Amino acid sequence: MLVTSLTRRAWLRAAGFASLASGVVGAARLSGQGQGGGTALHPAHDAHIMGTVGTPAPDGFNPTTFLQTWNFSDLPPEERARLYRETPRPDGTMLREYEIFSADREIEIAPGMFFPAWTYNGQVPGPTIRATEGDRIRVTFRNLGSHPHSIHFHGWHPPAMDGALAGQEVPPGETFVYEFDADPFGVHLYHCHTVPLKRHIHKGLYGVVIVDPRASRGSRPPADEFVMVMNAFDTTFDAENEVYAVNTVANAYVREPIRVTVGQLVRVYLVNLTEFDPINSFHLHGMFFDVYRTGTSLVTSETTDTIMLCQGERAILETTFRYPGDFMFHAHQSEFAELGWMGFFRAEAPST
Amino acid sequence: MTRRLFLGVLPLALLAALLVLIVRSGPTDLVRGDNYPPVERLMFQRVVLEPGFIVASVLNDGPDQVTIAQVQVDEAFWTFTADSGVELGHLSRTTLRIPYPWVDGEAHLFKVLTSTGTAFEHEIAVAVETPTPGIRFFGIFTLIGLYVGVIPVAIGLLWFPFVKRLSVGATDFLLALTVGLLAFLLVDGASEGLESAGMLPESFQGVVLFALAAAGAYLLLEGVGAWLRARRQKVDAGRDGWVLALLIAVGIGLHNFGEGLAIGSAFALGEAALGTLLIVGFTLHNTTEGLAIVAPLARDRERVSVADLAKLGLIGGVPTIAGAWVGGFVYSPVWSVLFLAIGVGAIAQVVGQIVRQMTREGSVARMLATGPVLAGLFAGFAVMYVTGMLVG
Repeated sequence: MLVTSLTRRAWLRAAGFASLASGVVGAARLSGQGQGGGTALHPAHDAHIMGTVGTPAPDGFNPTTFLQTWNFSDLPPEERARLYRETPRPDGTMLREYEIFSADREIEIAPGMFFPAWTYNGQVPGPTIRATEGDRIRVTFRNLGSHPHSIHFHGWHPPAMDGALAGQEVPPGETFVYEFDADPFGVHLYHCHTVPLKRHIHKGLYGVVIVDPRASRGSRPPADEFVMVMNAFDTTFDAENEVYAVNTVANAYVREPIRVTVGQLVRVYLVNLTEFDPINSFHLHGMFFDVYRTGTSLVTSETTDTIMLCQGERAILETTFRYPGDFMFHAHQSEFAELGWMGFFRAEAPST
Repeated sequence: MTRRLFLGVLPLALLAALLVLIVRSGPTDLVRGDNYPPVERLMFQRVVLEPGFIVASVLNDGPDQVTIAQVQVDEAFWTFTADSGVELGHLSRTTLRIPYPWVDGEAHLFKVLTSTGTAFEHEIAVAVETPTPGIRFFGIFTLIGLYVGVIPVAIGLLWFPFVKRLSVGATDFLLALTVGLLAFLLVDGASEGLESAGMLPESFQGVVLFALAAAGAYLLLEGVGAWLRARRQKVDAGRDGWVLALLIAVGIGLHNFGEGLAIGSAFALGEAALGTLLIVGFTLHNTTEGLAIVAPLARDRERVSVADLAKLGLIGGVPTIAGAWVGGFVYSPVWSVLFLAIGVGAIAQVVGQIVRQMTREGSVARMLATGPVLAGLFAGFAVMYVTGMLVG
C-alpha cells in the first residue's frame, strides 16, 4: 500500500493547506479516505453472488448520510458555520453563503477500489445546496486543486456568473464569488465547466441544488427526502465507465438499505450526472411514483415505475410505500445495474 | 592469506553497501514523486472452469504491489474469494474463485480490477468444463497419447526389416529424409516455443529461458552420446548406429512430450476443439518419427532385437502420454516453453549426430550435394509439411 499511503499524505497536505488558507475545513471530516479499506473477502450471500465484495473504509464518504444532507446539515454547528451562513433579508428571503473549494482526492468508489477524483469539498457528489425560491445564493469558490476549475450552476443567472465562458475558469490557488438568485424552484445541478469538459465532470466535480418553491405557491407536502445522484467512474480512462452507482459508491444501498416508513410520503431528488453514457434511468420494484420533471411544477406530469434521464436531466419523484420489506431500485439498463447501480429501500411499519 | 581473502570479499562488501544505499535513498522515488501511480501488471496463469465456478490463478508480474479490489464477469461485479489474499507482491500469485454461472460453449470476459481501478481482462473464448484429475480423463489422455505418440512411432519402427535391406544410396536417402523430418520439427518446435515464451510474464524472460534450456539439452545429449559411445566401444565395438538411434529416440521423446503438453493443454483450456482430424494429423506426422529412429540402424546393417526396437519406440512415444497428462492437469506456460526448448535442443543435437555420421569420410557440403541426400532432405521436409497441414 506504499503508493496509497503516499497519496494519502499528499492529500492531508492539501487538506492542511485548505484549513490554513480559508479556515473552512474540519480536519477530522477530511482525514479519512484514501487508506485501503476492508477488502475482507467473504463468500457471497446465498442468493446474490452478483455484486461487489467487501465493505468500504468506514471513515470515507458516507452515501447514507449524503442522502439527507443539504447546506452542510451533517456537521456540528461550529464547523458548519465556517462553510455555510444564512442571513435573513428585509424582504423575508435569505442570503445563503457557501464556502466551496475544489481539491484533488482519492475516493473509494467500490470496496477497496480508489479513484483519483477532483472534488468539491473533498466529496463526490459535492455538497448539496438548498434554498428557497427568491433567496440570494453566494458561493465563495476556492480552487485548491491542481487544475483550473469553475462552478457552473443551472438556473437563472447573468453571463458573468456562468462559470463556463472564456476567462471564467478559476486558476489553482485563486478564488471567485458566484452570486445569483435561487430561481426557478425545482431540482438543479452544478458542475465544473472547464475544458476538457468530460474529464472535469467524470472526475467528480458536480453536485445538486434544490430550490424549494416560495411559500406563496404552496409548499410541497412533508416527506422523507433523499438526494440521489446517478454517477459513474471511468477508472481506466478509456471513455467507458467501470463502476456505476447512485451517490458514488457501488452497491452502497445494497450493503445499507435506505430506511423508509410504510404510509409516509417519500421524495427523491434524482439527478443524472453520468458521463460517457448518453442516458441513465431509475426503476423501483413493486411500486409506482409521481414524476415532477426538473421539479419546476407542483403538478405531476406522469406516474410510472421507470424514468429515463439524459445527462444533466433531473426530476423529483414522490411515492408512498404500501408494504413493509425490501424494495429494489436500479438503473433499468441491466449493464449499469450489474456494475454497481443497484440498491434497496427497506420499508418498515410506522412505530406507534 | 588474509589479504587475499580481503581482496576477494572487498568488491562484494562494496556491492552490498551500494544496494543498501539504493534501497534506502530510492532514486526511482525521487523521479516518481508522491502521486506517481504504481506500475501494475497482472498475468492470468491458468483459468479453470468448474460447474458454477470460474477459477483463475493470477500472478503479479509488475515491480510494485498490486491489490485486487473487485472482479467483473461479463460487465457485472461478481463476488469472489482469493486463496492467497488480494495483496500481491512482485511475482506472488493468488487463485480467484468466482461463483459464476458460465454457459457451456459460449464466450465470457472477465476483468480483475485493482485498488487503483486498473483493469486486467481475460477472455474465455469457448467455455467448456476443465478436466479434473480423475480416472476418466486420465484414461482419455492416455488413449490420446497412445494414438498420437506410441502407436505411430511403433508403426514407423516396423519399417526396420525393409530399410535394412536397402542399398547404401537408399539408406543415405533415408538418413537425409530423417534429417529433413527433424529439421522440420526443429523449426516447428522453436517457433512454438518462442511464441509461448512471448506469452510468459515478462519477469520470467521467456526467450532467454527458451534459449538456455535448448542449449542445455543440446549439450547434455552431446555428453550422454559421448558416454554411451565410450561404453559401447568396450562392450561391443562398432555399434554407432545403435547409439545414434537411441539419441534420436530420446530427442524425439522430448519433442513428443512437448507435443503432448500442447495437446493436453489445448484440450484442458477449451482453446481448441480436439477434432478427429487433429488426432489423425498428429498420428501421420509421428509415424515418420519411427522411421527416423531406425534409419541409422539400417545404414550400419546392425542386428537389433525386437526388444531393443520396442525400447526405442517406448522412449520416443511414451512421453506423449506424460505430456498430455501434465498439459491437461497442471498446465502452465512455463512448462510448455521449457519442454519445447528441451525438445528443440535435443533435436538439434540429433541432426548434428546424423550429419556427422553421414559425412564420416568427406566434407559436409559435398555430402549434402549428392542426389539421394538432397532428395531425402526435401522429401522429409515435404512429408512433415503436408502432414503438418492436417494439424493446422
